[in-house]
Amino acid sequence: MPTRRRALLILAALAVLALLSIALALMVGSIAINPAEVLATLFGDGGGIADDVVRSLRLPRALTGFACGGLLALAGALLQVLLRNPLADPYVLGISGGAAIGALLAIVLGLGVAGLNGLAFVGALAAMLLVFGLAHGEGGWTQSRLLLTGVIVAAGCGAVVTLLLALAPDDRLRGMLFWLMGDLSQTGDPRLVLILLAVALLIALPFARELNLLARGADIAQALGVAVRPLRRGVYLVASLATAAAVTHAGAIGFIGLIVPHLVRLAAGNDQRLLLPASVLAGGSLLVIADTLARTLLAPQQLPVGVLTALIGVPVFLFLLSRAAPVGR
Amino acid sequence: MARPGVLLSSSGLRVGIAGRTFCRDLALTVQPGECLAILGRNGAGKSTLLSVLAGLRAPEAGEVLLDGASYAELGARASARIRGWLPQSRSEAFSSTVLETALVGRHPHLARWDWESAKDARIACQALAAVGLAELAQRDVQTLSGGERQRLSIATLLAQAPRLYLLDEPLAHLDLNHQIATLELFAARARDEAIACVMVLHEPGLAARFCTHALLLFGDGMTEQGPCQEVISSEWGCLESP
Repeated sequence: MPTRRRALLILAALAVLALLSIALALMVGSIAINPAEVLATLFGDGGGIADDVVRSLRLPRALTGFACGGLLALAGALLQVLLRNPLADPYVLGISGGAAIGALLAIVLGLGVAGLNGLAFVGALAAMLLVFGLAHGEGGWTQSRLLLTGVIVAAGCGAVVTLLLALAPDDRLRGMLFWLMGDLSQTGDPRLVLILLAVALLIALPFARELNLLARGADIAQALGVAVRPLRRGVYLVASLATAAAVTHAGAIGFIGLIVPHLVRLAAGNDQRLLLPASVLAGGSLLVIADTLARTLLAPQQLPVGVLTALIGVPVFLFLLSRAAPVGR
Repeated sequence: MARPGVLLSSSGLRVGIAGRTFCRDLALTVQPGECLAILGRNGAGKSTLLSVLAGLRAPEAGEVLLDGASYAELGARASARIRGWLPQSRSEAFSSTVLETALVGRHPHLARWDWESAKDARIACQALAAVGLAELAQRDVQTLSGGERQRLSIATLLAQAPRLYLLDEPLAHLDLNHQIATLELFAARARDEAIACVMVLHEPGLAARFCTHALLLFGDGMTEQGPCQEVISSEWGCLESP
């Protein structure tokens, strides 16, 4: 059992990791900027090119990346509890598919960043409402019904995405593929998505112990005093909106939502009071690090960050899995 | 209609599932110190009735009162401090230790921002000791045997410390020693601590030995209830005949 003290220690360590990852993102790139200069640009009024690069390029991108990574990891952790399935991720219920249709449509139509984000969000909301409505059909929904509905809607969205890719003019294809793999190069003001992350976490945290019970089964949770129906709906809503916000800002970045909650669970246990905030910090840090690598490894060529999250996440995950296996046997 | 001291009562209760009716117009009262056995053949509706009594499923008609109030009036949390429910089966999707699982039972006693205190940990450890799982406290639940899991479920329920225990097949997966120990545990608590038990059993002999009252479900909507000696001696032959 993690005590409150131990949880706070782990969270403090992860917060340091998050700060380090953002500091790294601010320093590294086509122009290397040393830590003193970074601090000067952030807190002083140093002018010049370093100021421009840090304040208007790297900082917004790093903060957006952190917020999106945090949102995806939070959504993944919530959905794994809701579906009682450790293999659930934020995209399993079709939200990213809906967003992808909207975003690709916007690219095909040649809309700007605002249009792209707007249509992606509309698509995500449409998919979310569709799954919610269909899975709700007659009275209550069960995990399997929700999961099946989500998977089918996601499959349908995948077909439409393929259709859009097939019909799109050649000069748009690259942008579309980058969006699908997840891309942080088009980010703007990070404030909105940071606020959304904070709100989602603050809504979820008071219910963390009830989520612990929900993970053990709906009947058991109900018998132990959890109002299961409203809790499940709330979890679905928060997880869906968190996913929609992240996907709208950064495209369908894979693996963060699946792997980060797992990593935290393997390292620190399955208490949602620790798991949720720890997933936010770890997911944000992982995405910031991956994005920094994505824009520096083959510079000036930028790689899609979704590829990097997978390349980092998979080996780390496999290592932890093989290490954790003998425990408790 | 609730008399003081009645922990659980029902009136006009009709319970059914998928077009079948298991009981009609059932009036039950369970008082502290009583131990009620629910007996009947497979599919007679024992577990369905128990989950209605636990407030987990709505009855087709009638009402269930817990300590004089309906589940809707009490709310989930207050209900959980009065009655506990032992599920017939449970599956663990995520790994956790035996002690963490037993601590889950403390949930209704903790405020929203509370973490389990040393006192809660002590209560959980006592509950584990009561079912003989104290040495396994740090084991992963996914490595437990069926009988050990069943005893862990019972320990979680003991940690919840309700006044009314609703037990759905508490003897499932248990060997003979643990069956007797489990029934002795609950019968002793009912006698000494002014709590009450309602349990789904399959063995009329054990019911007669450990329970004070019995409710027979015949599966066609007919029921019979009363003190154990009367009901079981007169009727349990009917259960056996097809």
